[in-house]
Amino acid sequence: MELTNENVLGKLIAQFGEENIFDAYDPDGIMTFTTTRENIIALIQYLYDDKDLQVQFLTTMAGVHFPDHKDKELCMMYQLHSLRHNYRLRIKVFIPSKDPVLPTLTNIYAAANWMEREAYDFYGFIFTGHPNLTRILNIEEMEYHPMLKQYPLEDLTREDKIDTFFGR
Amino acid sequence: MATDKKTAEVDQLQEFRDNLDLKLQDPKNQNLTTLNLGPTHPATHGIFQNILQMDGEIIMDAVPTIGYIHRAFEKIAERRPFYQITPLTDRMNYCSSPINNMGYHMTVEKLLGIDIPKRAQYIRVIMMELARISDHLICNSILGVDSGAFTGFLYVMQEREHIYDIYEEVCGARLTTNMGRIGGMERDLSPKALHLIGEFLKRFPKVWAEFEKMLTRNRIFIDRTVGVGAISAERALSYGFTGPNLRATGVDYDVRVMNPYSSYDDFEFEIPVGAKGDTYDRYLVRNEEVWQSLKIIEQAYKNLPEGSYHADAPHYYLPPKQEVYRSMEALIYHFKIVMGEINAPKGEVYHSVEGGNGELGFYLISDGGRTPYRLHFRRPCFIYYQAYTEMIKGGQLADAILTLSSLNVIAGELDA
Repeated sequence: MELTNENVLGKLIAQFGEENIFDAYDPDGIMTFTTTRENIIALIQYLYDDKDLQVQFLTTMAGVHFPDHKDKELCMMYQLHSLRHNYRLRIKVFIPSKDPVLPTLTNIYAAANWMEREAYDFYGFIFTGHPNLTRILNIEEMEYHPMLKQYPLEDLTREDKIDTFFGR
Repeated sequence: MATDKKTAEVDQLQEFRDNLDLKLQDPKNQNLTTLNLGPTHPATHGIFQNILQMDGEIIMDAVPTIGYIHRAFEKIAERRPFYQITPLTDRMNYCSSPINNMGYHMTVEKLLGIDIPKRAQYIRVIMMELARISDHLICNSILGVDSGAFTGFLYVMQEREHIYDIYEEVCGARLTTNMGRIGGMERDLSPKALHLIGEFLKRFPKVWAEFEKMLTRNRIFIDRTVGVGAISAERALSYGFTGPNLRATGVDYDVRVMNPYSSYDDFEFEIPVGAKGDTYDRYLVRNEEVWQSLKIIEQAYKNLPEGSYHADAPHYYLPPKQEVYRSMEALIYHFKIVMGEINAPKGEVYHSVEGGNGELGFYLISDGGRTPYRLHFRRPCFIYYQAYTEMIKGGQLADAILTLSSLNVIAGELDA
């Protein structure tokens, strides 16, 4: 089977159903779609085991915060790579920030360990089943998750930095 | 002969690791010494802490702590206009800053949909390969220092200075280069820069051959590195290894070949691979990559195409300063770009380059504003350093130091 975005998407939809594989688009040549947190581990395991796909390399994981999306504030992006076929794909899971729980990926990829710790540290994702979910780059005493959009980078109360011409 | 010894040692080490949990539970082994390695130990070449549990000279367990030079680049990037993020990337892998700069520029160019002229692409290739040489040169010579050979380090360090002279001629800076711009290079290669690159190509092969002669078949060096800190290809892939450290285990994944960028498909070069993934293999792979980089630079230098050194993208690429004084459009663009008032289109891109240590990726989400909505750096060091604990368990303390230098963990990239 030739790995094109349509083929792979069709295969995944046939396996998991349209209600679990949705919002597929192709922003930069890498197929991107959304799934639910109930299916994410089964999906990544399926991609790993399938003989035609052999998606067996976790390139990266990145959290994104969209404060305006109601009940879908937090997004976790998994980017995977099939080194055998040189095929990349990107999976997104949207979850509410009130309940930022995701299952851990460490049982499939050892690399997910620190990536998940980083996502916990900066966005507050809770990964159930993670062996050591503690802060990794920030100090342990920190009481917030600094990459969330409600924490501005610069101190907005400073008056000497207000720029009336450009509204910043 | 050396291979047999190597296989036996690696197998022995693996067996030791497999039984480690049982050994730790054994009441006889409860009497372990806690040793604090780092964070500012000279042998770690950067700020990493490892709290080791030692049974005599043998490491039974290690707990790494990182984040000592975390500078929140991903957060800062969300407030800066696109061109002001390049200096942040310098400070990730500071042994090969131009690769980080170019990787970031290419990511933004992908988002903006700018095509870069061939000449600019070739200049970028030359600079990136020079950076790779300087990165590998540091790693391998430091490995020599850690195993007791100081001379080679001092000798090849001179060549790194010559590479930095080339950087200085091309962009004005030496270490944190901020080289190139979104849309190309900031200026063409000057005659002096071309001369320096030519001289480097003539002189460096002799230097590197001599360096190899000192270490590659050196009995002490082989004894210290063969079978030390080995990792299998399966574990390495599971841990997300990329770059020379993955290739040392025998997997020929190289972003330059698999997803060519910046005209890398125009050049002929090979991907060296190792067999066992131990410190010696990592040393050999990096050594060979230096030769391959030289080959690429030679090809790019000889076939440097004519043409412009930057794309025709006035919205994003600064106009020449003379124009700013003469023409209204140039003045407007100059002002808008410098003030960061240029909005990028909406989009989402991932671009990766083969950095000094592996796949350096940039994941960029733009919401159509003047800054990225989200910029995530896939830092190879951060991802593979988590395997370090597994790699040093069951070995001696002195081997742990060698493993760390052969992995080439750069603190700036680890912590971002």
